[in-house]
Amino acid sequence: MSSYSVTEPSLRQKWMAGILVILYAVITILPLLWIIATGFKSPADAIAYPPKVVFEPTLEGYVNLFTTRTRVTEETLAELGPPTTWYDRIVRQYDMIIAGPSRYGERFLNSIIIGFGSTFLCIILGTAAAYAFSRFRVPLKDDLLFFILSTRMMPPIAVAIPIFLMFRTLGLNDTHAGMILLYTAVNLSLSVWLLKGFIDEIPVEYEEAALIDGYTRFQAFYKVVLPQAATGIASTAIFCLIFAWNEYAFAVLLTSGTAQTAPPFIPTIIGVGGQDWPAVAAGATLFLVPVMVFTILLRKHLLRGITFGAVRK
Amino acid sequence: MANSPADKLAQATPPGIANRVRGLSDRAIAWIFVGPSIFLLLAVNIFPLIWTINLSFTNFKANRNREVDYIGLRNYERILTDEDTWITMQATAHFLISTIVIQVLIGFTLAYLINKKFKGNDLWTTIIVLPMMLSPAVVGNFWTFLYQPQIGLFNYIVAFFSGVDPSSFSMIGEVALAPWAIVIVDTWMWTPFVMLICLAGLRSIPDSIYEAAECDRASKWRQFWTITIPMVLPFLMLAVLFRGIENFKMFDLVVQLTGGGPGSTTELTSINLKREAFEKWRTGYASAYAVILFVTVFGLASIYVKALNKVKER
Repeated sequence: MSSYSVTEPSLRQKWMAGILVILYAVITILPLLWIIATGFKSPADAIAYPPKVVFEPTLEGYVNLFTTRTRVTEETLAELGPPTTWYDRIVRQYDMIIAGPSRYGERFLNSIIIGFGSTFLCIILGTAAAYAFSRFRVPLKDDLLFFILSTRMMPPIAVAIPIFLMFRTLGLNDTHAGMILLYTAVNLSLSVWLLKGFIDEIPVEYEEAALIDGYTRFQAFYKVVLPQAATGIASTAIFCLIFAWNEYAFAVLLTSGTAQTAPPFIPTIIGVGGQDWPAVAAGATLFLVPVMVFTILLRKHLLRGITFGAVRK
Repeated sequence: MANSPADKLAQATPPGIANRVRGLSDRAIAWIFVGPSIFLLLAVNIFPLIWTINLSFTNFKANRNREVDYIGLRNYERILTDEDTWITMQATAHFLISTIVIQVLIGFTLAYLINKKFKGNDLWTTIIVLPMMLSPAVVGNFWTFLYQPQIGLFNYIVAFFSGVDPSSFSMIGEVALAPWAIVIVDTWMWTPFVMLICLAGLRSIPDSIYEAAECDRASKWRQFWTITIPMVLPFLMLAVLFRGIENFKMFDLVVQLTGGGPGSTTELTSINLKREAFEKWRTGYASAYAVILFVTVFGLASIYVKALNKVKER
């Protein structure tokens, strides 16, 4: 047999395909690079015409993102003496002083608490349910699984009305606990479906052997099944985390202060005379870059989550 | 109680093993494992849905403390006869159809090209996938900056290649352009989703089929239409289903991009619903609206899934 194969594309085809795909990838990444670059521009550079590709980087956007500032008279400024820190120096150029921290830090922390909290709960509930669905033969299984999937079809705004009323009655509006519960419920369908797929692939014989050796069902579950499903659980967790991290509709309707996450907050960053684009871009960069890094590092495991487990690798 | 799912779960375990298992019975474990998830979904999805249906027959306003009257089907009547509803539906239909058509075309083409397995295709695929992993609200907000007349990067690039003045058009400010502004951003974000599913479809086709076709002297063109397309079709239809449901629910990206404007040219159903429910506080009316939307999406999805299964059976 020769190594020639009818399905192997010719070198010329590979070149053509490569060039077209790379062209599309460059167009795709351009807006993302622009966000990152804008975060390091001065306000004047950010709105320059023509758009500046080469510019002098500054941390102004980041300083503005994390602080609130007030304008002071030149006399007050003179009384204060020379700026002592690098961020003071940036702010003083505009005859301003730092009045205090902005709310970005808190909002970012809220995103972390709610994101990780809901992911944790979602994985515990999801793994348990997925195990039961995978291991016991049930007549109603398909209906229950379809019910779980169908909860994802509802527009968030449609369920938001009663959830808003329910949270108001229970005092859960604008609380971490409320948001964690809500995001857990939203992500549970994804988590059950994905995890069921992963657990289905673990041979039943392992547990049966353990059961015969005198393990209880519980022991067999966490000593035999869990370690086998670890990779699947980890990639499901990443997905739940990313969804919770990115969620906006519920966050904007149900939170306004204490439990507000970053996505509804970032667009509200206002500077003097309109949106402070470098600060917005800085906020967006800090918020988006962790997800980009995760995506690149874990690309091999992500496909299944993206397609809701519908496509097995 | 004897017919509950958990009982059936327990009965399904082979008796040989069940007899030897110590500790909690399988039935108890099944309850403990499935119970909390089902309970949470009932509490956060089904209970609210029933509540919404109930509210939809009332004139309740969530920001007022007054007597609630049951007004029958009047909310539904009002919605279906309101001209604004149909304008909103048209905007949604335009958004749905154009995003799906464009994303299927580009997504399939990209998948087909990536499947040529050129060197480094893995890296470039990951880069193309990046936008869909990001927060639509945050990214949508930044796109308003790219769409600024004069200073925006998008306008600059379009002007550079077409020669028109970059300050002469505003993607999100003009009635004729705004519907396309949201289509462009959605395409940028979600084409990779269609691409990934198509790619999985292309990779699932065994080489032997093409080899057999080659033996029969079928042309490449014919192979494409009689092997590649039919084999990828179920995957493609699945991608369309997911995109359709997601875009019918579309809220965050478009709210941040255009807020429904200018006028109501990009006011998709979710945005319209939010306005009724949380700005005008017509809770009863909005609930009826939500029920109509849910029935629509559920109905369309069911019909579609039937069609999908038919294609799969072939």
